Amino acid sequence: MSALLEIEGLQVEFGRQSPTAAVRGASFVVESGETHCLVGESGCGKSVTALSIMNLLARGARRRADKLAFKGGDLRGLSDAAMSRLRGNEMAMIFQEPMTSLNPAYTVGSQMTEVLRRHKHVNQRAATDRAADLLARVGITAPGLRLGQFPHQLSGGLRQRVMIAMALMCEPQLLIADEPTTALDVTVQAQILRLLATLQRDLGLGLLLITHDLGIVARIATRVSVMYAGEVVESAATADLFAAPKHPYTQGLLRCVPVPGKIQRDQPLGSIPGTVPRIGPGFEGCAFRDRCDFADATCAHTVPLHNAGPTHNFLCRLPA
Amino acid sequence: MLQFLVRRLIVALLVTVTVMTLAFMLTRLSGDLAISIAGPSATKADIDAVRLAYGLDRPLVVQFFDWVGHAATGDLGDSYFFKTRVSQLIGERMPVTLTLGLTGLVIALVVSLPLGILAAVRENTPFDRAVQVVALLGQAMPSFWLGLILMIVFGLQLGWLPISGADSWQSFIMPGVVLAFSAIPALTRLTRAGMIQSMGSDYIRTARAKGLSRASILLKHALRNAAIPVVAIAAVQLGFMLGGSIVIEQVFALHGVGYLAWESIQKNDFPVVQSVVLVLAVIYVALTMLADMMNAVLDPRLRGG
Amino acid sequence: MSVSTITAGPRRGWRSAGTWIGAIIVGIAAFCALFAPLLVPHDPFAQDIPNRLMVPFWMEGSSPDHLLGTDQLGRDYLARLIYGCRISMMIGVTVSIVSGLIGITLGVLGGFMGGRIDDAVLFAITTRLSIPVVLVALAVVGLLGSSLPLLVITLGLLQWDRFAVVARSTTMQVRNLDFVSAAWCAGCSRFRILTREVLPNIASHLVVVATLEIALAILLEAALSFLGLGVPPPLPSWGLMIAEAKDYMFFSPWVIMIPGAALFVLVLGINLLGDGLRDQFGARSP
Repeated sequence: MSALLEIEGLQVEFGRQSPTAAVRGASFVVESGETHCLVGESGCGKSVTALSIMNLLARGARRRADKLAFKGGDLRGLSDAAMSRLRGNEMAMIFQEPMTSLNPAYTVGSQMTEVLRRHKHVNQRAATDRAADLLARVGITAPGLRLGQFPHQLSGGLRQRVMIAMALMCEPQLLIADEPTTALDVTVQAQILRLLATLQRDLGLGLLLITHDLGIVARIATRVSVMYAGEVVESAATADLFAAPKHPYTQGLLRCVPVPGKIQRDQPLGSIPGTVPRIGPGFEGCAFRDRCDFADATCAHTVPLHNAGPTHNFLCRLPA
Repeated sequence: MLQFLVRRLIVALLVTVTVMTLAFMLTRLSGDLAISIAGPSATKADIDAVRLAYGLDRPLVVQFFDWVGHAATGDLGDSYFFKTRVSQLIGERMPVTLTLGLTGLVIALVVSLPLGILAAVRENTPFDRAVQVVALLGQAMPSFWLGLILMIVFGLQLGWLPISGADSWQSFIMPGVVLAFSAIPALTRLTRAGMIQSMGSDYIRTARAKGLSRASILLKHALRNAAIPVVAIAAVQLGFMLGGSIVIEQVFALHGVGYLAWESIQKNDFPVVQSVVLVLAVIYVALTMLADMMNAVLDPRLRGG
Repeated sequence: MSVSTITAGPRRGWRSAGTWIGAIIVGIAAFCALFAPLLVPHDPFAQDIPNRLMVPFWMEGSSPDHLLGTDQLGRDYLARLIYGCRISMMIGVTVSIVSGLIGITLGVLGGFMGGRIDDAVLFAITTRLSIPVVLVALAVVGLLGSSLPLLVITLGLLQWDRFAVVARSTTMQVRNLDFVSAAWCAGCSRFRILTREVLPNIASHLVVVATLEIALAILLEAALSFLGLGVPPPLPSWGLMIAEAKDYMFFSPWVIMIPGAALFVLVLGINLLGDGLRDQFGARSP
């Protein structure tokens, strides 16, 4: 039984004159019925990774992977036409900015029904009914009214719920959510997260959630992959990651999060010294070495992949 | 929405009144109108008689409000030269100018929209650069010169199209093309820029993520938003075309409103001149209001919902 | 985090061929304009009826004495072309100065002061846009007779709208920036803020508008002269030359081709230069 989404050695590059490698090696697996979080700071390449799965990158981006499989089928060689038949249909994506992700010129209802009518042969009546059902499911009251409204008439939280409902129109098996709560108010964030967790459970979705917030990870993730400077540096089940992080970057990240009750009054807040390096072409070795307390000469060359358990691996010279 | 319309209407009225004032002052610039009307060989008695007959002895302010009052009811006075009502003269010539303007606008849109869309889709390719070069060339082209060249090539050497008069629909092709030339660079650039911006927006990314067809993304989602400023500018361009038709009508001997104005300037026929200025200004103001309303129709955010 | 398109873009500003072509054309035109009396082989006003309508050098029967032939009154075409360039450039620049002064003043006042003053400026712009420019210019010249100063003032009074619009919007943008607020807090007078903070920052946009306006003024003057109500004859305006040649254009098409091509090339050059400057300054219109 193959996993829902399998990625190995994903690389994404931009630009012709001086190419920038946004993703230099991402490998992880998303299973059906699990919530997999891809976490990392801004600029680490997690959004690019998400976009490259569905091949939504802008023109001029080059994607390479040793393995990029969805339900066992290879995604790499698919034409844009073939890919578009999968998008919105078997795999769906929601984005960070609900304020601008909906077309201001069309009603909510028409934007939702067009997905269903594009992929499945249903009439307008059936599509509208399903849209109303899903709006109710994501917790929107008076769905009939909302269907006829325009995006600018809805708040940010409502729009994000609409986006989620829209993504679910064709019953996809994989839902990719790129920082879905970052642009929302804190209270709304919690509601949306709860909604995603509930939907994932009820519909048996595979949910790939991109975020920079470890709090979100702790709350809903089954598995976590940590990204740094374009690479997945550690991948584990959530409990394992928080209990025993192996990669120095992950350890540093967890130290940065102040936990009420555990932190002393005069204790300085944790931080990772230095900044994320710019990775040019031909970069070798570990990107974290300049900020790492454990770095040595071998870190400038190849970095081995270690296992710290059957589902826990990390990219470091340090032993498990 | 209603409040918006009312406000625009008030502004439109104020603009019209201001233009009327300017037009009125314009014709009074050369000093004593009576002298010009009476002619070079008139005696003082003749001039005084003219002044009395045309009401030019009254204070300027009175003359102005008299004109305004009449104009509001559609009475634009009588032409000195043609000896007919000005409104009738303009009414007779207006269809030619309107046909010319609309022909120009249609040609301009038929050319600029596809070019702009294609240039945006193929941004930074040789095709895109070629379109930008064409826009640049069109902007530099003196319209009357282009008209003459077209006349020589298509009228004389190839004999395909008539070079003067407004007898058939073919008479409007060359002048229409020349008028279109003045609008195509701006409309193409605007369409291209609008499409590029539209296609780079988040909602297009969402549309792609939904797996919609390429045609649907381009024409249904991107164009709809990109078209909003284009529609507004198209209406304004039509206004400019109507106002600037005087040159083309002269070149191609089309007896429209512009030609009428031209003749009237030559003959110092002031009522006609100031009325044509007024009529053209009113048309322009009406077109900009139309453009605003179309904006509101196309962009739900402007409807005040 | 959004992913932008990073492709190889076209070369912009001084690295673009177009800008250089434009600069060269404008340079040649400026040279001709400044040194016209020294450059012309003949007096552009000297009529020579026996030698009228001679053909230019690329046609048979041409004379080396008149490289571009002669017009219907026997005047040397090349000389008239060069003098016409001087007229066009002079009118273009002076009209832009006049319209620039009007438009920039209005635009900056409206953009900076806001409120009622801004409403008044917007109203003035809207009114100006409603006026059919060619028609009014023709009427003024028709009524008051054609003379260069009158022409320049009339066109200047009619062409200021783009200056005003751009000056206003850029001033509004700059006004909201932090360094202006800082100057305000430091006690600078309004005048000082306008001259020291606002104007330098909107200058690049206005230079771009100025080049465009020069081109437009040249085209407008040519149209007016073509209709006989522009530059007073016998001054050689290119538009006037085309009008005079219109009667002969079916037999000798080159008489309208030469001045028309000159107009086209000059305006194109100015536009290329203007576009290049706009890309160089990063002054895409707001």
